[in-house]
Amino acid sequence: MSVLPFEGFFREVGRFGRILWRVLAWTPRPPYDFRELGRQMVRVGVDSLPVVMLTAMFTGMVMALQTFNVLARFGAERYVGSLVSLSMVRELAAVLSGLVLAGRAGSAMGAELGTMRVTEQIDALEVMATDPVHYLVVPRVWATTIMMPLLVLLADGMGIWGGYLVAVVLMGANPVSHMDNTFRFMEVSDLTSGLIKAAAFGLLIAAIGCQQGLYTRGGAEGVGRATTRSVVLASIAILISDFFLTKLLF
Amino acid sequence: MSPENNIVELRGLRKAFGKKVILDGLDLDVPRGESTVIIGGSGTGKSVLLKHMIGLLRPDAGSVKVDGVELSTLDNRELTRFRSRFGMAFQEGALFDSMTVAKNVAFPLVRLGLGSEKERAKRVEECLALVRLEDAGAKLPSQLSGGMRRRVGFARAIAHRPEVLLFDEPTTGLDPVTKDVIDELIVELKETLGATVVTITHDMESVFKIADWIGMLHGGVIVARAAPGEFRSLTDPRVREFLGRTVGAHQTH
Repeated sequence: MSVLPFEGFFREVGRFGRILWRVLAWTPRPPYDFRELGRQMVRVGVDSLPVVMLTAMFTGMVMALQTFNVLARFGAERYVGSLVSLSMVRELAAVLSGLVLAGRAGSAMGAELGTMRVTEQIDALEVMATDPVHYLVVPRVWATTIMMPLLVLLADGMGIWGGYLVAVVLMGANPVSHMDNTFRFMEVSDLTSGLIKAAAFGLLIAAIGCQQGLYTRGGAEGVGRATTRSVVLASIAILISDFFLTKLLF
Repeated sequence: MSPENNIVELRGLRKAFGKKVILDGLDLDVPRGESTVIIGGSGTGKSVLLKHMIGLLRPDAGSVKVDGVELSTLDNRELTRFRSRFGMAFQEGALFDSMTVAKNVAFPLVRLGLGSEKERAKRVEECLALVRLEDAGAKLPSQLSGGMRRRVGFARAIAHRPEVLLFDEPTTGLDPVTKDVIDELIVELKETLGATVVTITHDMESVFKIADWIGMLHGGVIVARAAPGEFRSLTDPRVREFLGRTVGAHQTH
């Protein structure tokens, strides 16, 4: 029974804040587990590379396809490159990679930590003088926060390349003017704002996934619920925070 | 009995999950260096009781004193350090499934920074030999049977030579041979380590083999506590019913 309206919402936000705080508090304390950090970076970053690249490339291709025809109506098709590159770099690469990673890495964290919770492995950690946030959550959160901008940087490139393929190879645009327009209006701040967003999304994905995992209850069914919630809540958090970050960064 | 002789003292312990009251003003003394067994039916809160002793759960009211220290006065870091005096074996082993058996057993030693790598490896071997699993070190938990996983859980619980050992249903659902092995192991651990052992179980056969003291949990309180010989002759109807049922159930097997 909820006493307050949105009680559940506030509880989740409170737990999320607590996890985030504990991650920050535990980060500077030894022992530093760089091997685990590396392992998580490979799992989150390297293993997600193909699907993130594919998503970015096809998004760039579709954008070029769509905008080429529309811009051609008023003779502005030479700006396809600018449109694709700016949209990818400022917005799409970060959000789409974030959503892909929420489904790939966030869900895995929710499921793994959730299983550890219901099989008492989390209790076992605590009994053996190990804080679960220090041991499990810190490396995951940092790994995701570090890897997301790197993934997004590559996704930027893939999106631009996809746009080039469609505009130049398929629609017959002039390659030199296409490339010229791709970078003509772009500023460094476009790139950095996208990467800052990416890091923020990475933090959200991992912290939400780990939080859902740690608070799992009720056996296999509970693990399923935690996994689903990891993805749903992280996706919502990405979309909402994207708006505010965009407002803030420009 | 003087208080110094009790390593764990619970007073007026209360814990509810939502509206469901699990522990309702429970008192219990656990004497140092002896084996205390808590019995009670499923869902009576035995595991909850055990988790209070080691600070995994915090009581809604009442006090948990371990060796004279009130657990609720400790902050998280102090509690973490305090816990190194305990070893706990969980119901299904709770082994880390991403690590080999040897790494699992070495885990508390590594985390507590005990010994060199060589000494740790030696200690892991000793502990695995004690639970008769000396060849299992390189295996993953998923390659072991349920009984073997539990024995590895035992080895992990004793690796850092704790003063207090907590066992959560160590023999439930095991075959009779493994059960005997585990019962003997508990007695052996108590005698060789000089450790205090607290076991929760509803397996009456084991109880009389391993207990110096038996406490019965019912309705959120300890309704009876006695030495095994005395316990059999208690007239409390709740004890009689529990003994009668488990003995009866055993005979039908």
